[in-house]
Amino acid sequence: ECGHGPYQPHEPGYGLYQPGYSPCDEQIPDPKSRMLAIQNAKAYLLKSSTTSGLNLYDHLANMLTKILDEQPTNAVDIIENISKDVKWAQFQKKMDTLRDEYEILPTFEAAEKCKALFLKANGEGYEELEEEIGEMPLPNVMETAFYFEQAGIGLSKDESYHIFLALKKLISVQPIQICRFWGKILGLEMNYIIAEVQYHEGEEDEETEEEEVIEEGGKGMGEVEDEDEEKEKEDEQPKSTYKPLPVIPKEENGTGANKYVYFVCNEPGKPWVKLPPVTPAQIVCARKIKKFFTGRLDAPVVSFPPFPGNEANYLRAQIARISAGTQISPIGFYQFAEEEGDEEEEGGGGRDTYEENPDFQPLSVAEMVDSLSSWVHHVQSILKQGRCVWLNPFQKSEEEEEEDEEEEKAEEPGELQQEIGPPLLTPLSEDEGIQNIPAWTAQPSTNLIPQYAVAILQSNRWPGAYAFACGKKFDNIYFGWGHKYSPENHTPALPPPAQPEYPSGPEITETSDPTLEEELAFKAARAEALAAALEEEEDTVEDDEEEEEED
Amino acid sequence: MEAAALPAALELVAGGGAGLSPEKRAVLRPSLLLLQRDYRFERVWFWGCIQGVRGAYYIAEGLGPDRAAPRSRLYSLNCVEWSLLPPATEEMVAQAGQLKGRFQGDPSFEYEYTEINTEDAERLFEDGKEPMIKEEARLVATIELIDRAVGIIPRGAFVKTPLGSVHENRNFEGLSLMEAKKLSSYFHFTEPVNLKNKTLLEKADLDPSTDFLDSLEHDTPQGSWTVQLEKGGTVVVLRSLLWLGLTFYHVPMTKQYGYVYFGTGEKNFDLPFML
Repeated sequence: ECGHGPYQPHEPGYGLYQPGYSPCDEQIPDPKSRMLAIQNAKAYLLKSSTTSGLNLYDHLANMLTKILDEQPTNAVDIIENISKDVKWAQFQKKMDTLRDEYEILPTFEAAEKCKALFLKANGEGYEELEEEIGEMPLPNVMETAFYFEQAGIGLSKDESYHIFLALKKLISVQPIQICRFWGKILGLEMNYIIAEVQYHEGEEDEETEEEEVIEEGGKGMGEVEDEDEEKEKEDEQPKSTYKPLPVIPKEENGTGANKYVYFVCNEPGKPWVKLPPVTPAQIVCARKIKKFFTGRLDAPVVSFPPFPGNEANYLRAQIARISAGTQISPIGFYQFAEEEGDEEEEGGGGRDTYEENPDFQPLSVAEMVDSLSSWVHHVQSILKQGRCVWLNPFQKSEEEEEEDEEEEKAEEPGELQQEIGPPLLTPLSEDEGIQNIPAWTAQPSTNLIPQYAVAILQSNRWPGAYAFACGKKFDNIYFGWGHKYSPENHTPALPPPAQPEYPSGPEITETSDPTLEEELAFKAARAEALAAALEEEEDTVEDDEEEEEED
Repeated sequence: MEAAALPAALELVAGGGAGLSPEKRAVLRPSLLLLQRDYRFERVWFWGCIQGVRGAYYIAEGLGPDRAAPRSRLYSLNCVEWSLLPPATEEMVAQAGQLKGRFQGDPSFEYEYTEINTEDAERLFEDGKEPMIKEEARLVATIELIDRAVGIIPRGAFVKTPLGSVHENRNFEGLSLMEAKKLSSYFHFTEPVNLKNKTLLEKADLDPSTDFLDSLEHDTPQGSWTVQLEKGGTVVVLRSLLWLGLTFYHVPMTKQYGYVYFGTGEKNFDLPFML
């Protein structure tokens, strides 16, 4: 077409174009109006926006510059995002003298704590290491993690190593004889990492004595109140016939459900907190409720039946139940000590101590997986009462007999049947399944390389409990939310029926008022009886006239 | 989670104690690649593992060009050979919802109805079918339910084009730490249900290209997700309490995110009592 100009000086045709004299002048519009149109369009593009102060011309220029600089692929598909980014970049002044305050993210604090784990404590030299090598309370967490990893169970290697170091710190602080990584329980806000620990003999804390003193003080208070009520004989209020069931005492530290002491922390690097020993009441209540853990040990447990304690107690109770149900070992690893305990005490409480068998011959992995009788429980199971060894709560000590003489003796409930649980070291084949599911699922870690496989057991009653065995090594671990599996939905306990306020008797039962005829008939009958009585007792001086109160 | 990101992702979700053995990890990478080749998927996701009593099912999902289209699901018992699962129908989902208890681990196992409503019984007997469900159908229904209920993605990770198809957002750089702690920054990756019920005022703030799904804010019951910062605060991990075992991870300010299910495949009906 004509009118290509304006021509540059080096192009042929320069100087040939004269306005108004080109051959195609009749067809093109007046250049002035065209120029005007261009200028109008450009002015429109340069118009600043009333809301943001930008104008389209500059924005398009910036956008095209950015695109040509960066040359992204398929720019047309992301053009809107590029436009947004350019507008956003307006607000970032590179020459600003203001500098952002360096933001201390919480991640940095956590990293600081983590780093602290790796620093050697002050004064720890090689001398201390030599002393400890003899006892080695620190478990080899990484080795255990390796065996569990063969089955796909376990935390990431980083986390396992952090836990390893945190356990080392725990051991250096507390007088611990045996230590084990028990597992991890997940919570809503934070998780719990749990270590199972046994103190050196004789080194236990003395905090337990304080707790017992408080309990006895509480009982004394209750009895004083009862005596006050007896003294008010004027207006005898109906006495409450409610006698609370006797509190079943918790097991001594070092025995039964309190055999081990547990320490928890939220994350490796945070300080370890010791969990209080568990009482039977807590275990009985924990069996009836199902609550998630929040991750804070002092959180209240709001439930029905009301849980006697806070989250630390609930956590301890669940740990006790899980340990009792799922801590297993290959048969023959542990054996009973040679001294036979008194089997007739308390109706045969059974042996509760075991020791490692020095002549242990490990079974092959295939045998461990095929039959469940090659594994045994090495933790005592918890009876319905909440203890491992049954205790009759109605056996009165001397103190209690003296106090009982003052109180009225209400009816005693019938004698409790002694509860007996399965003895220690029972094989897993005796474990009940749930409906048609066996209690344990056994698998080798790999089918492709059977000579190096590890036998893995998963519990179906407590999902999250695992055990492995490989040659002479075995261990148990728990990763989960801390609840038992139940195929049925959880039904909370119903509140008990309301207690009657007072026994119903003739004094307080309501009857309808007698009608007039009934009253007159009654009076007439009474007059007759009186007359008959007077005739009989004419000789007597005293007249017994009892005024009967009419209802 | 994306098949390509499998090793790093498994490290990030291992906080719950569940993962894959080295053998499975080693075989999954080539296995999923071959799946992509054979079925011509554009993306392959490793969905997770459902533990049965006698064995486990490993599940993979394949996505086509439209990421929001119904996904093809495959299962395997050993991560080597994969079988395609039939697409889930509403009837399958309804039937499987009545089953309780663990998966057995055998895909041809047949469940018997223990309790049926009289209406259902009539309907079934009219059809002439016997009231038995195969475990395979239950598997399909369970995966569908889990995806529908708790399959989540971070906000902005996917964009909806004007034509209606959904793609990954190449401009997505990850959520910031503040955003990552809020439930409203995560969406259910299924057909939105509550979007239409929002008020006009709320809808005005939404960006139709990225906010076309339901967010987690209004999930019932409240508190059915736990949000935690793990690994010293560098990873945000969301765990579902309704389907115990579903874990979602995201590293803030990066493009890494994904969810995986390691569990028994049972819904946690006791959730309201447990909170």
